[in-house]
Amino acid sequence: MIVEEIMNTELSTLSKDDKIKDAMELMREKRIRHIPIIDKENHLEGIVTDRDIKEAGPSIFHSDDCNDILEQPLSSIMSTNIITGHPLDFVEDVAAIFYEQKISCMPIVVKNNQLVGIVTQTDLLHTFVELTGVHQPGSLVEVKVRNKRGMIYRVVSCAHKCKANILSVLVYPDKKDEDFKIIVLRVQTMNPLRLIDELEKEGTEVLWPNLPGMDA
Amino acid sequence: MMKEAVFIYSEEQLKYKFHDEHPFNHLRLKLTYSLLKKINAINDGHIVPPRMATDEELLLVHDPNFIEAVKKAGKGELSNDLAESYGLGTEDTPIFPNMHEASALLVGGTLSAVDYVMSGKAKHALNLGGGLHHGFRGKASGFCVYNDCSVAIKYIQEKYNARVLYVDTDAHHGDGVQWTFYDDPNVCTLSIHETGRYLFPGTGNVNERGQGKGYGYSFNIPLDAFTENESFLEAYTKSIQEVAAFFKPDVIFTQNGADAHYFDPLTHLSATMKIYREIPKLAHKIAHEYCDGKWIAVGGGGYDMWRVVPRAWSLVWLEMTENSNFYGKLPEEWIKEWQTKAKVHLPDEWDDPENLYPPIPRKAEITEKNARTVESALLPIRNKK
Repeated sequence: MIVEEIMNTELSTLSKDDKIKDAMELMREKRIRHIPIIDKENHLEGIVTDRDIKEAGPSIFHSDDCNDILEQPLSSIMSTNIITGHPLDFVEDVAAIFYEQKISCMPIVVKNNQLVGIVTQTDLLHTFVELTGVHQPGSLVEVKVRNKRGMIYRVVSCAHKCKANILSVLVYPDKKDEDFKIIVLRVQTMNPLRLIDELEKEGTEVLWPNLPGMDA
Repeated sequence: MMKEAVFIYSEEQLKYKFHDEHPFNHLRLKLTYSLLKKINAINDGHIVPPRMATDEELLLVHDPNFIEAVKKAGKGELSNDLAESYGLGTEDTPIFPNMHEASALLVGGTLSAVDYVMSGKAKHALNLGGGLHHGFRGKASGFCVYNDCSVAIKYIQEKYNARVLYVDTDAHHGDGVQWTFYDDPNVCTLSIHETGRYLFPGTGNVNERGQGKGYGYSFNIPLDAFTENESFLEAYTKSIQEVAAFFKPDVIFTQNGADAHYFDPLTHLSATMKIYREIPKLAHKIAHEYCDGKWIAVGGGGYDMWRVVPRAWSLVWLEMTENSNFYGKLPEEWIKEWQTKAKVHLPDEWDDPENLYPPIPRKAEITEKNARTVESALLPIRNKK
């Protein structure tokens, strides 16, 4: 999946001559936390986050005598050393950059810094939610299998045998035992009993429902 | 003269049948009716046979192409690929002969119930054949073809211009109904169900609250797996009372799925017959408190059709007719008539024994978590007070 498919293209932007007050109002009104700062030709010049504003803003303990702070231009607080992305970047890579650089948003630019979109932590999380398939009606089955080749094939064959349409498959390592991994299937059925039966016959351990302290 | 309650039923409703091994089996209707007969709690004066819903009525909710597809499927004229795109011919909703007619009859039954109540011919009406809350606009899902609840609520809006409170106590989330009215502030949906973490359909989170003008009119209480009676009832009691007080409905529409029971093979809640005594009791009270008695009730899920459903659904009718004083032994004739056909041992009493299942570890934590879920679901209306 590429960034173009998940980025926001309806952007709320300001210019560096706008005031801190304007940014505060825009964030409140649109319920956003990041405002790209652009020039008249739509070139990205900086970014202002809710944290920049909080750091610049007066403390609530002396709000009256510091009103002039809110009149300062955004150029005085915006970050200019910005990590940007491209519409053709891979979403997985972008997620890794968010994690490594500890950032919470990434403006997406083309050509000479022309702003075309923005990706936030929320968008990445939403994409992950979609990957897990929960936006379509289905049942979830978790199975624990040995960490060796051919295991997904066996699990998926069981689903095929039961004519179960698979909505998503996630695989992650078993944290308690590195010889095993856990396969999470989301299947489009209200009655997963036959599938569970097949999986158990196949010799996999069905962790379902998985409540600590409970022998299912 | 106004009747206290009518019972929508005919054996024609049993024709909504996928195949013998399918967990959804409307023989449940006959088992319930038979039990009520044996205790003389129902007579011919109560019974209203269901009518067919017209295409026009189905179109209130459903897509015309979907209806055509169901009609064709029932005549064996729908290709496999096309069927699958409409959710038909799957393991959940296999194709069966005349499935359009059988499905439209279940919808029509709920519409009959609506007409009786809304035109003042009866205070309450029960169509146990309905409650197919997973049906979508253009797709069959989760054993449901047409969604009688959604169609009936639209029908109430169009014909009687009333505001409806929909309360769904099926163990599965009432997704079809929720999405139909997600942006409508004149229908308030409340669904109490096992969390979708594992269970079908996976939705029904607390944060699904509606959208646009309908924001704040969808309520969801996802309960933890292994939830027991007290915690279930606490969630139900608090949420239905507070939501009713907030919404002040003209009519209350309840979906009475009976699959939250410990015996149910498809779900993981640990309730017993106790909740099925209490659920209709409070719905009844609220109908009188806010809706001048107007209460329409339908069935729903319930996959232990021998041990759970007949007793649970009888209790809905007994409450409706203010005749719920049945305790102790079930009638012997009923057990005698059905035991030979059942693969399990039928219960001999109305209520379940105290030690129906082994103690649930982490009960206190489950109860605590459910209480927090209720808090967070009701927070917006508590803040408004």
